[in-house]
Amino acid sequence: MTLLATVATAADAPSCYSRLTNEWFCAQYLHDRQDQLVDATVEHIQITLIAIVVSVLIAFPLALLARRLPRLEAGILGLSTAVYTIPSLALLPLLVPFTDLSRTTVVIGLALYALTILVRSVLEGLRSVPEEVRESATGLGYGTTRRLFRIELPLALPVMMAGLRVATVSTVALTTIGTIVSYGGLGNLISDGVQTNFRAELMAASIICVLLAVVLDLLIVGAQWVLTPWTRGVSTP
Amino acid sequence: MTVISDAWTYLTTASNWTGEGGMLQLMGQQLLLTVTALLIAMLIGLPVALWLGHLGRGGVLAINVSNIGRAVPTFALLALLVVADWPGTRGFGPYGRAGLATIIALTLFALPPIITAANVAIREVSPSVRQAADGMGMTGWQKFWRVELPIAASLVMSGVRLALVQVWATATIAALVAGPGLGRVITDGFYRTNYGKGIAGAVVVAAVALVLEGLAALAQRRLDPVPREPSPKRHRGMSATRPMVAEEIDAVGH
Repeated sequence: MTLLATVATAADAPSCYSRLTNEWFCAQYLHDRQDQLVDATVEHIQITLIAIVVSVLIAFPLALLARRLPRLEAGILGLSTAVYTIPSLALLPLLVPFTDLSRTTVVIGLALYALTILVRSVLEGLRSVPEEVRESATGLGYGTTRRLFRIELPLALPVMMAGLRVATVSTVALTTIGTIVSYGGLGNLISDGVQTNFRAELMAASIICVLLAVVLDLLIVGAQWVLTPWTRGVSTP
Repeated sequence: MTVISDAWTYLTTASNWTGEGGMLQLMGQQLLLTVTALLIAMLIGLPVALWLGHLGRGGVLAINVSNIGRAVPTFALLALLVVADWPGTRGFGPYGRAGLATIIALTLFALPPIITAANVAIREVSPSVRQAADGMGMTGWQKFWRVELPIAASLVMSGVRLALVQVWATATIAALVAGPGLGRVITDGFYRTNYGKGIAGAVVVAAVALVLEGLAALAQRRLDPVPREPSPKRHRGMSATRPMVAEEIDAVGH
């Protein structure tokens, strides 16, 4: 009876993702489970973007503060190394007592990791502005704030953008771990794929995840190209 | 907040640490996995990266390897290895279920930091030092072994240190595919809604990670022949010429 049933399903839906064939690549699967894939991808993008935006908003003031107070800088950098050392599968559970099993838990965890990268790259970027430029700006009568926004930040942009790229790409990959609290975007599909030995689902989710990282990376490169017209023509890798 | 007291109870109950499947055994298993994968990655990565660095090459390789490593989620790679026909979930000696898949994934994720740091370290040895070595009549091998390597040693070690922490972190993720290691305590806790247990596991994993990082930093300081002073401000010319990100933060998703 069970045999008959299996044969029947295989016969009227000879899909490449049936239990019998279980192929890695399966167009039929992409078509049939489109909604599921789109939902997971949207959730993945939302979690990633919110985490990145939050950490950018925190990283800037933090880095500016650290630059003002060198003693604080050592503390902030030390703390961020410590956070980065903690495995993601451990960090998310540690947040659960405070934020429950929610999307917030994943966003906070990812934002913390991104923050450690971004604070460093903002500091690094501001430090890459040559002293002479700073002095010239002061000589031209720029105040501290105006110098920061008109001179230093634009010049620091390439280094900061490099940090943003690293942070974004890692965050896309890390979001998959959110599956431990059931908010992992594509990670949920990967997790399901392992538990049910479902190759097409696993492969599709993994590939979308990598593509997502590549696309976001390219978008940032594009934004940088638009924002820093003066670097064009200079050899930038 | 009861989960915190649950976690404390779990941590302070001796029977959770000892015996088959206890946290001590799992911790030993994960340390063994970490060390094995790190050694394999060093055996593969170091010779290639160092030699290319000696020839003044490998920049593109280093960048690409770390970019790919960052974009591919560890979890996805592990999942693919486990579901594939080979290596699948087969055990591997003392490494437990899916041991082989875990070691392969861990080795792959240890490679980028090791390769990048070693390659950059050798290439950044100052040209005047190389010229001096040439002037003294050193052969290529002597120059590499007696000049470049000692100067680069500390930076090379920083890559290994980063890899160590990263491999430990990745080994935790093995539990998401029902693999070996301490992560199992976390996933068990969460899948069976025993959050106290999950959080207890997380505390242990995080504590060991911090200890490993501390030990590695200590070892690196010991190995450094010339203790570094806090790096003086370097002039890099216009920042627009070359985006730079500190090598240390170049960690791959874990």
